Amino acid sequence: MERIKLTIDNKPVEVEAGTTILEAAQKIGVHIPTLCYHPELRLEGACRICVVEVEGLRNLVASCVYPVADNMVVKTNSESVRRARKTVLELLIANHPMDCLVCSRHGECELQDLSRQLGIRQVRFTGGKRDMAVDESSHSIVRDPNKCVLCGRCVRVCAETQAVSAIGVANRGSSSIVTTPFNKGLADGPCVGCGQCINVCPVAALREKDDTERVWGALHDPQAHVVVQVAPAVRAALGEEFGMRPGSLVTGKTVTALRQLGFDQIFDTQFAADLTIIEEGHEFIHRLKNNVNLPLITSCSPGWVGYCERFYPEMLPHVSTCKSPQQMFGVLAKTYYAERANINPANIFSVSVMPCTAKKSEAAREEMQSSGYRDVDAVITTRELASMIREAGIDFANLPDSEFELPMGMSTGAGTIFGVTGGVMEAALRTVAEILDGEELPSLEFQQVRGFAGVREATIRIAGQPVRIAIANGLAHAKRLLDSIKAGEAEYHFIEIMGCPGGCIGGGGQPLSTDPEIRMHRAAALYRQDMLKKVRKSHENPAVKELYRSFLGEPNGEKAHQLLHTHYQARSRY
Amino acid sequence: MDEKKCAGCSSNTTTDPRYQELAQVIEQYRDMEGALIMVLHRAQEIFGYLPEDVQKIVAKELDLPLSEVYGVTTFYSYFSLKPRGKYRIAVCLGTACYVRGAAELVSAIEKELGIKVNDTTEDARFTLEVSRCIGACGLAPVMTINDDVYGRLTPDKIPEILAKYE
Amino acid sequence: MGLIRSHVLVCAGTGCVSSGCKMMQEAMQQALERHGLSSEIKVVETGCFGFCKEGPIVMVYPEGTFYCQVKPEDVEELVSEHLLKGRIVERLLYKEPVSERAISLFNDIGFYQKQQRVALRNCGKINPESIEEYIARDGYQALAKAVTQMTPTQVIEMVSESGLRGRGGGGFPAGRKWEFARVAQGDIKYVVCNADEGDPGAFMDRSILEGDPHSVVEAMAIAGYAIGAKQGYVYVRAEYPIAVERLSIAIKQARELGLLGKNIFGSGFDFDLGIRLGAGAFVCGEETALLTSIEGHRGTPRPRPPYPAVKGLWGKPTLINNVETFANIPVIILHGPAKFKSIGTDTSPGTKVFALAGNINNTGLVEVPMGTTLREIVYDIGGGIPGGKAFKACQTGGPSGGCLPAELLDTPVDYDSLTAAGSMMGSGGLIVMDEDNCMVDVARFFLEFTQDESCGKCVPCREGTKRMLEILERITNGEGVAGDIELLEELAEVISRTSLCGLGQTAPNPVLATLKFFRDEYEAHIYEKRCPAGVCQALLSYAIVAEKCKGCGLCKKVCPVDAISGDLRQPHTIDKDKCIKCGACVAKCPFKAISR
Repeated sequence: MERIKLTIDNKPVEVEAGTTILEAAQKIGVHIPTLCYHPELRLEGACRICVVEVEGLRNLVASCVYPVADNMVVKTNSESVRRARKTVLELLIANHPMDCLVCSRHGECELQDLSRQLGIRQVRFTGGKRDMAVDESSHSIVRDPNKCVLCGRCVRVCAETQAVSAIGVANRGSSSIVTTPFNKGLADGPCVGCGQCINVCPVAALREKDDTERVWGALHDPQAHVVVQVAPAVRAALGEEFGMRPGSLVTGKTVTALRQLGFDQIFDTQFAADLTIIEEGHEFIHRLKNNVNLPLITSCSPGWVGYCERFYPEMLPHVSTCKSPQQMFGVLAKTYYAERANINPANIFSVSVMPCTAKKSEAAREEMQSSGYRDVDAVITTRELASMIREAGIDFANLPDSEFELPMGMSTGAGTIFGVTGGVMEAALRTVAEILDGEELPSLEFQQVRGFAGVREATIRIAGQPVRIAIANGLAHAKRLLDSIKAGEAEYHFIEIMGCPGGCIGGGGQPLSTDPEIRMHRAAALYRQDMLKKVRKSHENPAVKELYRSFLGEPNGEKAHQLLHTHYQARSRY
Repeated sequence: MDEKKCAGCSSNTTTDPRYQELAQVIEQYRDMEGALIMVLHRAQEIFGYLPEDVQKIVAKELDLPLSEVYGVTTFYSYFSLKPRGKYRIAVCLGTACYVRGAAELVSAIEKELGIKVNDTTEDARFTLEVSRCIGACGLAPVMTINDDVYGRLTPDKIPEILAKYE
Repeated sequence: MGLIRSHVLVCAGTGCVSSGCKMMQEAMQQALERHGLSSEIKVVETGCFGFCKEGPIVMVYPEGTFYCQVKPEDVEELVSEHLLKGRIVERLLYKEPVSERAISLFNDIGFYQKQQRVALRNCGKINPESIEEYIARDGYQALAKAVTQMTPTQVIEMVSESGLRGRGGGGFPAGRKWEFARVAQGDIKYVVCNADEGDPGAFMDRSILEGDPHSVVEAMAIAGYAIGAKQGYVYVRAEYPIAVERLSIAIKQARELGLLGKNIFGSGFDFDLGIRLGAGAFVCGEETALLTSIEGHRGTPRPRPPYPAVKGLWGKPTLINNVETFANIPVIILHGPAKFKSIGTDTSPGTKVFALAGNINNTGLVEVPMGTTLREIVYDIGGGIPGGKAFKACQTGGPSGGCLPAELLDTPVDYDSLTAAGSMMGSGGLIVMDEDNCMVDVARFFLEFTQDESCGKCVPCREGTKRMLEILERITNGEGVAGDIELLEELAEVISRTSLCGLGQTAPNPVLATLKFFRDEYEAHIYEKRCPAGVCQALLSYAIVAEKCKGCGLCKKVCPVDAISGDLRQPHTIDKDKCIKCGACVAKCPFKAISR
């Protein structure tokens, strides 16, 4: 590869041809502010915040898209760069509500950060501002076009990472907006609620539907018996909200915080994850033996399920009929737990803490009331839980650890790794292989299924038979995988699909970041916890065994089917 | 074309011949790279504007996200998402026409028809639009009514011209 | 078919179609039949003659008699007098505005005298729907020469040698652009013709496509041969239906004769053309936006580099030139670069077509050698300002250009002189403003245009032009404040230096240029709350000058709000509270007794 030598702010730098000025600057520690730029997305060069001066060029250039050239002399802080950058930002702010004090992104807003960094002290433009309706149609995502800075990151992530394209840029010029077709509600289109748009939004134009008030309401209601479940990925990320290093595992602190917040029973979604493996494992064995509806595709990710319903309805028979762990937990909380604790299920308020915004929509699905009640009453994201902890004045980082309640707080390492791409597959293989092989696995780590590549595939020998498996994370990768199956280019027995990049640890409800490195730290935390667990196979979870013995009967049996399985329906994406 | 029937309410896609025509157009362009804009042009010729269901059909048949189709139809001013009147008045607001008083023509038409730019009269007879330069600068100021061009206009000629269109 | 003794050329350009040439032409056919002349006199529909103001235009050959403003009712006389008896119909001839002298010959008319037609060489001379007529005027000979006698490199050398610069506005040397596209790596390449002529007040590309579409077809094929492309696209405005139709016919005819398609002239060179319609977005005149639009997307520009020559349509090397640039190519190839360079100036060889419009006597399309002065164009060709009014400014370069004042009328029109003077060549709109045009309002008009046509992708253009427009609207509404001019200047600087594409980079030009030459008008609006040209409604105050008023009462009758009172033959007065400043009274007053 050709090497290019240039100087940036009088510092020499040598990079490969094709590198952008921004990348070259980052290499030598020169910080250029950016806004529409996102390392994971296609380059736009639209916001012009990252402009720099290149000697010999009349105009300033957007460093995020401008390629380096030999002997180029770049200035990132000249008089004209500073003035231009500030005016451009001032123009953006002038069309923004500037209601920072009451904004959900106060303190973690890129526009605010830029304004502070560039020292904006006045906005001289007093003309019109956008004045549009806020879209609250979705259970998962609120869309506020008035706060939008039109960086287009959400549009790109929705199209490129998720292959959904629920939103796009419409109109032109100063009437341009990011919106849905015909300005309808997000709920009316193909949006699957994954929330990746929220993760990349620099401001609060896209945010999760805030359900914390409903949870506070339940906590303050003396009649309500409030149970909470915590998804695996939450414990690998919540610490970030309180200044802890990415990858800090905060399971015990989370339980303590929830207890301090006043939840009556603190349970673990991982318990339901183990249960899912039993149900789904048996479903797989059944389909494999009878060679029906193969490949079996996992159903834990509501973003993926929603995607399949809208974009690949012909694949729905392949999707496992198992409810997701959240919903299995929900129905058991108001049946099994209610019976055991002798509590009227009508008084139980069931909360789940999820790394995911699509879980909010999943809990609201019409059919999710097999307990006779709404199975899960409120879903809050990792971020919303953090905001509740902050509001309650809890010093999270310094909390002591405590344990989940039994029995539904008991889980295995298999349940833990549900939170990372490949984890459900690995957990299922641990159980399925032992059941079919009839002997204990020599090693529990299936390295073939780990990693972060968008699509991974492997052949595992189970009971002497080759079992072809595949894993996809991020819906655009799922699309690629499904298209190759439809085209007859690939054949599998078992597929795990997670809607978000990296799996749940990269979910749309997690602390704001789409940095792949942070996702890796979170994943490492979950694999670490798996290693530390005494029981690492779902079928060996004693609480789950007890559940079958005393309540459910057989895996995939009649009661299990009635409570733990569900059905899907093709939905229009138009 | 039968003008008595409102274009918006007769969207029976199986019996309405316009939808069959649309299907033929899509078939014709299906394999062309970047066909969307050409298909939308033809669709607008067929329907007079681009109703929501037409955009959905185009998206579905060309296998494009609806958001992309909507992004395109709202980007280009040639495409209309609203039904338009039987006669479309377009006053040229090119520079030549502007310096020769096109803005006054617009006001005169607005007054005469009681509508604003981009509106359609209640009887669905006229839609008033302003257009970019149509290149008839030699005759400025200019307006077009459907395919008829009127040049060297003054506001006082407006009522007489409009009266010609029943 | 007998011997044709006369050809009657009827202009069928958009201008003449608007003036009713179709009805006149039908009447002509009928009259010829009535007089039994249909077999010896042939009526030919041609492209634009350029003199749109005088349309419908009819030329009778072989005499070369030029008739203008011919109406259906004039046809009988024209046929029976001129075509039957050979007597010229004096009253239908063109009359010089000043001398009132009737002129019968085309070349004697001032409007045409200083013109030199290269790009428009066939416009008005041939039937654009007949490939035979194009061929009869050396059409497709340049293509034959290129593909059978020259190597691609030689073709490009010839284009480079001619010094031809892009006629779309930027003036980039065409030869270099072709060379970039030729050397670019790629199995597939494209040639694209930018016919998305969007500058308000410019219509030269439309006239070429309407009047001589084959010249563009031929040139694109030559370009394809030179750079190694097999496919070309013409991106043309949907608002130009006649141009689209004639171009389609031309492509079809060229295919039928094997001038497009496989193995052209037996040389083994394949080339074909497709048409793509624009849909009303000015920004698509920007080359990367145009390519994005051909690909079927929102026409938003892409960052450059990479340039289209390297990575263009569908990521392939692409050559883009505009219509007028292409129209010059066959002439250069056929007659050699030296002849082309003998026209025009050293740095801007050749001619330039201008669309002359606005407050000027002879509006229409003119083609002049580069280096002709604005004064020659406005006065000698354009016939000066109507109504004895004073010239104020001349706008070139459309929304990206500027307004040059009377002091700069001797500026020669070429790329570099216009830029140095504070305007730019642009695609060739030339709009004349007189004393009744307010320059702040003109700047506001252009900003309204650009902010409406901004694609919205980059912040400075999307948000900046909106704020500039708001400030200008404030000023023209009488709400300007001290500091507005400085804020405009600062915004202009940032927008032009940081915008993503040429639209944004040049959007502030109309403001900067008017500020440069007409700053006093801005100041009058802001500080004196006065519009010197009497255009900005909010700043007008209508009053009747008692000394001039004869008390005829016409103003009183025409006032829509009964704001005028007064007795017959006594000076009238205007009630300023009632007055809505509609201007009806000023238009009606025969004595110019109303001031504003």
